[in-house]
Amino acid sequence: SSKTLRSVSVDLNHDASLLIDIPDALCERDKVKFTVHTKTTLSSFQKPDFSVPRQHEDFIWLHDTLVETEDYAGLIIPPAPPKPDFDSPRDKMHKLGEGEATMTKEEYTKMKQELEAEYLAVFKKTVQVHEIFLQRLSSHPVLSKDRNFQIFLEYDQDLSVRRKNAKEMFGGFFKNMVKSADEVLISGVKEVDDFFEQEKTFLLDYYSKIKDSTAKAEKMTRAHKNIADDYIHISATLNSLAADDMTANKKNLEKLSDLFEKFRKVEGRVASDQDLKLTELLRYYMRDIQAAKDLLYRRARALADYENSNKALDKARLKSKDIPQAEEHQRQCLQKFDKLSESGKKELTSFKGRRVVAFRKNFIEMAELEIKHAKNSVALLQGCIELLKSN
Amino acid sequence: TLRMLTVGIEEEEGGDSFDIHISVSDPEKVGEYMMLFSSTHNLSFSVFPFMSLLQTSISLFKRNEFAVKRRFSDFLGLHSKLASKYLHIGYIVPPAPEKSIVGMTKVKVGKEDQSSNEFVEKRRSALERYLMRTVKHPILLKDPDVLQFLESSELPRAVSTQALSSAGLLRMVNKAADAVNKMTIKMNESDAWFEEKQQHFENLDVQLRKLHTSVESLVCHRKELSVNTAQFAKSAAMLGNSEDHTALSRALSQLAEVEEKIDQLHQDQANADFYLFSELLGDYVRLLTAVKGVFDHRMKTWQKWQDSQMLLQKKREAEAKLQFTNKPDKLQQAKDEIKELEGKVQQGERDFEQISKTIRKEVSRFEKERVKDFKTIIIKYLESLVQTQQQLIKYWEAFLPEAKAIS
Repeated sequence: SSKTLRSVSVDLNHDASLLIDIPDALCERDKVKFTVHTKTTLSSFQKPDFSVPRQHEDFIWLHDTLVETEDYAGLIIPPAPPKPDFDSPRDKMHKLGEGEATMTKEEYTKMKQELEAEYLAVFKKTVQVHEIFLQRLSSHPVLSKDRNFQIFLEYDQDLSVRRKNAKEMFGGFFKNMVKSADEVLISGVKEVDDFFEQEKTFLLDYYSKIKDSTAKAEKMTRAHKNIADDYIHISATLNSLAADDMTANKKNLEKLSDLFEKFRKVEGRVASDQDLKLTELLRYYMRDIQAAKDLLYRRARALADYENSNKALDKARLKSKDIPQAEEHQRQCLQKFDKLSESGKKELTSFKGRRVVAFRKNFIEMAELEIKHAKNSVALLQGCIELLKSN
Repeated sequence: TLRMLTVGIEEEEGGDSFDIHISVSDPEKVGEYMMLFSSTHNLSFSVFPFMSLLQTSISLFKRNEFAVKRRFSDFLGLHSKLASKYLHIGYIVPPAPEKSIVGMTKVKVGKEDQSSNEFVEKRRSALERYLMRTVKHPILLKDPDVLQFLESSELPRAVSTQALSSAGLLRMVNKAADAVNKMTIKMNESDAWFEEKQQHFENLDVQLRKLHTSVESLVCHRKELSVNTAQFAKSAAMLGNSEDHTALSRALSQLAEVEEKIDQLHQDQANADFYLFSELLGDYVRLLTAVKGVFDHRMKTWQKWQDSQMLLQKKREAEAKLQFTNKPDKLQQAKDEIKELEGKVQQGERDFEQISKTIRKEVSRFEKERVKDFKTIIIKYLESLVQTQQQLIKYWEAFLPEAKAIS
C-alpha cells in the first residue's frame, strides 16, 4: 500500500467528498497500469465508489488539458508526474547477469534480491507521485471540479481514444511555445506589484538552487547504495572463508559474515529512506516551483497582452477606427490580468505554506529514521563485538 | 602531521615472556636525489628516513628505550638479508612493503599536499606492521641483522634492494614453482599433512584476494560518499540562503552543517576501512606468498635429495662395472665419489626432514598468529564502525529539534 509513502505533500485527501487513491498497480514490461480508485459523495459522479485502470500517458493528458485551460491560467497546476523510469535497476540487472560467473550462488541471489528491492522502490515511488498528482487536484477548490478530471476518474473505457481527439482539439498551444522564452519574458516585464516582484526574484533563484540540491542528494544516496552492495560481497566472501575453515575460527567468521549481511540491510534502508525523505522531497518541490514559475509566465503574458491592447486602443483612437472593439479588448485584457494576479497571489501564498509544512514533516521523519538506523547498527555491531571477544 | 601508532605484542610461548613495542614515526625529508628507472624517465623524489622507536624490557637489547633513523631502502635491505638466510630452510619471513613507483612520483618535494601526505602515511603504517611481524617471530628477533637494524645508530647502505620486494618475492616463488613443475619425478607425498596444508593455503589465498578487492571497493565508495556529502552540504547551505521563509531557511542551514560534520565522519571511516581492514587483508595476501614459498623450497630440498640419490645409484652401478675391469685408480676414485655422495644423500635426507619439521612449526605459529591478528584488528575495525554510528546519532539528535522548530 502506498499510504506509508505519502509524504512529500501534506493535507491532501482529507475531504471526504472526494477521496482518491491508487491502491495497486501492475508492472508489465516496464509499462505501469495504475488502478485509480475514487470514493465520493458528490452527485456529479455516477457512482459513489469506483475504480478505473489508467496509464502514465493518461495522467499527462489530464495535466496538459489543465495547463491549456484559460480559466486556470491563474492557478498553480500541480506538476505532471514523471514517467516511470526503470532504466537504472534494469541496467544493473543486466550487468548482474553478465557477472554471474564471478560470484557465488549465494552472492548472486543476494544481489538479485537487492535489485528486486530497487525495482520495487522505483515502482512504489512512481505510484506515490501519480497518486499525489491526483490528490492535489481533488483537494483544490477549482481544479477538483474540472470536467476532464471527472472524465479521467470515471470514464471506464480506454482513455487513449479520447486523448487522441483532445490533442487535435487543443493542438498543444501553450506547451509548444518555446519554454526558454519564459525566463526572458518573466524577468523582462516591468513589475508594478511588490509581491510579484519579490516572488519572481525568489522563485527564479530558488529553482536553480533546489535543482542543484536534488542532484547532489541523489549522488549521496547512490554512494550509500554502493556501500551496501560492497557489504554483500564482503559478507559472502566471509561465508566462503568460514566454510573452508576447520578451526575454532569458523564460528567467528560466520558471525562476522552474518553481521555484514544484517548491516548491509540497514545501510540499504538508510539509502532508501534518504531517497524518499530528502531526494524525492527536493525533486517534487523543484517541479512544483517550475509550476509556480509557469504561473508567473502566464501572468507576464497577460500583462504583455494588456500593454499591447493599450497600444492598440491608442492607435484606434488616433485613426478613429474600431474604437469600441479596441476598448472592449483592452477591458478584457485588464480583467484577465487582474483575475490572474488575484488568483496567483492566493496560490503562491498557500504554496509557500504547503512547502514549509512538507519540508518540516520530511526533515523530522528523516532525522528520526537516521537515528533509528544508527541505533540499530550500533546494537548489531556491539553484539558481534561481544561474541568475538567472548570466544 | 602524522600520528604515532604504537602496537604492543606479548610473546606467550617458549618460556621467555617479554614486551616489545615498536612504532615507526616522524618521517623527515632528508634530501632529494635523482634515480634512473629507465632510459626515458628521470624521476626525482625525496627520501624519507623513518625513526624506529623501540621500547623493550628484554635483555636482548642493550638499552630499554631508543630510537634510530632508517631509510625505506634500509627496511628492504633487512628483508633481503632475512629472506636469503631463512626462506630456503622453511621459515616464513614476512615480506617487506611494496616499492610503489606510482606513489613516489606523486610525492612532490617541498609540497605538503594531501595525496603525498596520504602516501607517506600508508608507507609509514606498512613499515610499522612489517617490523612488528618480523620481531614477533621468535627466531627472527634473535637474528643479528634484526638487532643491528633496531639498535645501530648507523647502518651500512643496502646495496641491492630490488629483488626482494613483495613483487620480487612473487617472481622468485613462481620461478621455483615452474622448476617444481618441470621435475620429472613427481614427489610422492607420504605426508598428507603437507598436501592438505598447501590446498588450504591455496583456497585461503583465493578468498582473501576476493575479500581484499571488495574492501578496496568499500574504501573507494566511502570516499565517494564523503565527497558527495560535502557537496550536498554546500548545496543545502545555498538553498537555505535562498529560502525566504525564516524558520525553514534556518533549518536548511542547520542541515547543511550536519551534513558537513557527517562528511568528516565518512572520511574518518574511510581511513579505518583502509588502514585496519584493507591493509590487513593486503598484508596477508602478501604473507601467503611467503608461505607458498617455503612449501616450494621443501619441494626443491626433496628434489635435491632425490637427485643426489639418483646420482649415487648411477655411481654405484658404474663402480660395479669397474670391478670387472683392471683400473684400480678409477675404481678408487669411484669409491671416493660414492662415499662423498653417500654423505650428500644423508645430508639431503636430514635437510628434508629438517625443513619439513620447521615448516610444521612455522605453519602452526603462522595460523595461530593469523587468527589472533584478524580477531584483534577486526574488533578494532568494528569499534570504529560503532563510533561512526554513535556520532551519527548525536548529530541527528541535535538536528531534530531544529527541524521541529520550523513553523
